[in-house]
Amino acid sequence: MVDYLISKYNYWIYIVLMMVGFYAMMGKRNLMKKLIGMNIFQTAIILFFISTGVKKGGTLPVFMEGATRAADYVNPLPHVLMLTAIVVCVSTTGVALAVLLLIYRRYKTLEENEILKSIR
Amino acid sequence: MKIFALLIVLLTGGLLIYGVEDMPGWGDPNSRPSLHVSPRYIEKTMEETDTPDMVTSVLADYRGYDTLGETTVIFTAGVACLLLLRRDP
Amino acid sequence: MIIQYENVIIKTICRMLIPFIQLFAIYVIMHGHYSPGGGFQGGVILGASFILLVIAYGLEESRRRMSLKALTIYASLGLFLYSGIGALCLLMGANYLDYAKLPLPISSIPTIRAMGILGIEIGVGIGVMAIMISIFLVIASYETGGENG
Repeated sequence: MVDYLISKYNYWIYIVLMMVGFYAMMGKRNLMKKLIGMNIFQTAIILFFISTGVKKGGTLPVFMEGATRAADYVNPLPHVLMLTAIVVCVSTTGVALAVLLLIYRRYKTLEENEILKSIR
Repeated sequence: MKIFALLIVLLTGGLLIYGVEDMPGWGDPNSRPSLHVSPRYIEKTMEETDTPDMVTSVLADYRGYDTLGETTVIFTAGVACLLLLRRDP
Repeated sequence: MIIQYENVIIKTICRMLIPFIQLFAIYVIMHGHYSPGGGFQGGVILGASFILLVIAYGLEESRRRMSLKALTIYASLGLFLYSGIGALCLLMGANYLDYAKLPLPISSIPTIRAMGILGIEIGVGIGVMAIMISIFLVIASYETGGENG
């Protein structure tokens, strides 16, 4: 089992990046740092998904004259799905920044424990 | 609180690494994502739509309904930002 | 908050570069058929050119060139173009977003599908540009009294 894990070392990189984002979302107290952690998490997911479409000896998914078989081109389907994911990531970050501006105007701070203390 | 978060992160990372065993190797042309409908998109893109770029033809023609949903998502996000940050004069 | 610097180099270079950035963005949208690109990428580059104008010249100068009311009209126009083409296909008797039955005077069916793809990419590009600029303007002008100030 261990040599399976050693030969698939690219998945270790994605898992480390995901866990960095996950720790930033849970362990930090500032709301802006949690938002950046969510962004890192989404970037790691996008990277992992696109890497499942790579083929050995494949080229860009644009049609060229000499190559007609399906094994000559990189799989275009993860690229398409991740375009949607990038747009969703940008939208979520935009709305979250607007909500953070409203929270700062109301509570004058962006630390989570001070906000919870002034709510109760 | 931070120790608790670190423990949860390490546990989740360990579970994910345990699940790497079933994942396909790097660059395998017979892995599951490249098998069922993706060769049809690659081979028929020039004769059904006159478009050499496969990403655009899949995004706008074969999966055009998903792109409509995505455009609605970004439109809704823009409207939400405009509604949230309006100040009464 | 946008701080206004009196900097001749940045203002001159931005004034010379912004038309070329917009031309490149229109190129990316139009060549989505033959090279990597398409509606979303070109729309973001077009929005980035206006944000460069705001950074170099301040908020008041660019408020005169592109107001928020015009931006909401552009965003609605982009989404209306997309679903309008889909509804036009529905009126001609085919499925929704089935480009084979658009009423264009072209004989071969793959070319009509390519024209349908071009139409919706233009709609997506205009919509994404308007939303990117409007999110940036609303967040940047929040401190100085909102969009009515």
